[in-house]
Amino acid sequence: MPRSKLFSSASDAVADVPNGASIAVSSFAGPGGMPHFLLLALWEQGARDLTLIANTGGLTMVSGLGSPGGKKLIDQSILVESGRVKKAIACYPVYPRPSIVTPLEQAVRDGSVEMELVPMGTLVERMRAAGAGIPAFFTPTGVGTEVERGKEKRVFDGREHLMERALHADYAFVRAWKADTMGNVVYRQSSRAFGPVMLACARVAIVEVDDVVEPGDLAPDMIVTPALYVDRIVVRPKDGALITAEGFRQRAPRM
Amino acid sequence: MTTGKPRLDREAVAARAARELPDGAVVNLGIGIPTLASQFVPAEKQVLFHSENGVLRFGPLAGPGEQDEDLINASLQFLVPVPGMSFFDSVAAFEMIRGGHVDIAILGALQVSERGDLANWRLPTRAVGNIGGAMDLVAGAKRIVVAMEHTDNDDHPKVLSDCTYPVTGRQCVSLIITDIAVIEVMDGGTRGRLQPKGLLLREVAPGWTVEEIQALTGARLHVASDLREIQL
Repeated sequence: MPRSKLFSSASDAVADVPNGASIAVSSFAGPGGMPHFLLLALWEQGARDLTLIANTGGLTMVSGLGSPGGKKLIDQSILVESGRVKKAIACYPVYPRPSIVTPLEQAVRDGSVEMELVPMGTLVERMRAAGAGIPAFFTPTGVGTEVERGKEKRVFDGREHLMERALHADYAFVRAWKADTMGNVVYRQSSRAFGPVMLACARVAIVEVDDVVEPGDLAPDMIVTPALYVDRIVVRPKDGALITAEGFRQRAPRM
Repeated sequence: MTTGKPRLDREAVAARAARELPDGAVVNLGIGIPTLASQFVPAEKQVLFHSENGVLRFGPLAGPGEQDEDLINASLQFLVPVPGMSFFDSVAAFEMIRGGHVDIAILGALQVSERGDLANWRLPTRAVGNIGGAMDLVAGAKRIVVAMEHTDNDDHPKVLSDCTYPVTGRQCVSLIITDIAVIEVMDGGTRGRLQPKGLLLREVAPGWTVEEIQALTGARLHVASDLREIQL
């Protein structure tokens, strides 16, 4: 019988996250792919001085963006607004219009969070490189913009390129659809996005899934993330009330 | 005073932009007016829309009762399943972009210069901007079309001799479609391979004169010999 990576709860799965850890959080932008229960568990656990790596800085909790019916669910904003984050590495950190100010935008304005803004293709490729043992690579993305500041430039085939470094994470919090107990993972529709590459770039890769099944239940042909990339599995509780912004506010009034 | 003259609405700008999409093209649409273009592709054309979260081929948008958090595009529009749709991760989505597999990107803009420089990721008044996938698209998609309003909220020109806002990419834009004009960047969009030769006014919105459009433009416009009215 293969060893199971299933943890009994999200709290157990994040118990060893130390202060200062870097955490890659999946979800392209909306609640799809968002590891709500791992984020909630980490908020309760209390680790501080975190570096968040994500596509956005948390847009759904304040705006309902990407959420069916505009429902507001928690996201990485709960860590930002409670002062646990010292740095964010993201591509689309703030709300598209200046009219809505997210906790991350407020924190950057206040100077409490350092922001590293990265083009999206460069961010995912930096994580891919980390997971693939490539220390750096050259990309044409960002040439002639603020992104090129401080980076080595080289001309290949008559075109300038920037050198970008691999990006490792200490932990990945990734929401997926199903996993078997060995850690083979499948994703649901458009929510795959940043999930597979975040699992691959992290020293401790945790998936939060709707369902866990036995090895053999997922067709090998369909598996997207093979088991070796996954260290811990947690199953989402069926009761979703905890992860609504409203439910969260009842436990943690806005600071 | 030209400010009060009727301009094309956002849907009309998107409809004009959709006419730039040839049959069989792989197309990425940016947030804003470009997003609307997917709804103006005629049924006889097959356009493969590509999205940075890892979707290829989508069409109609989901109605209120059928929204699925796991079926969205990068503009966070809710999609419906269509035959031939595929899903992949964002690493592959950007390999497609940088690898030259995306034929056209239609993007919104804060400013565009007469050399086809694009600025669309940060307002100077805001502490943080959103780069998203735009810098990869302008570096990798074969053709960049801008769809935007011709002037900003204070009626300042957005088409300029030089961008004053932080740029997304240099010499990347080929065509600018606005609510009053269609303007070609001559020899534009080659990212430095050719020297752009300035702006060519090709189409004007109904009721607008060349002089009125020039007055709302911060760069010199050459006028096409076959200048015509925008057809939708």
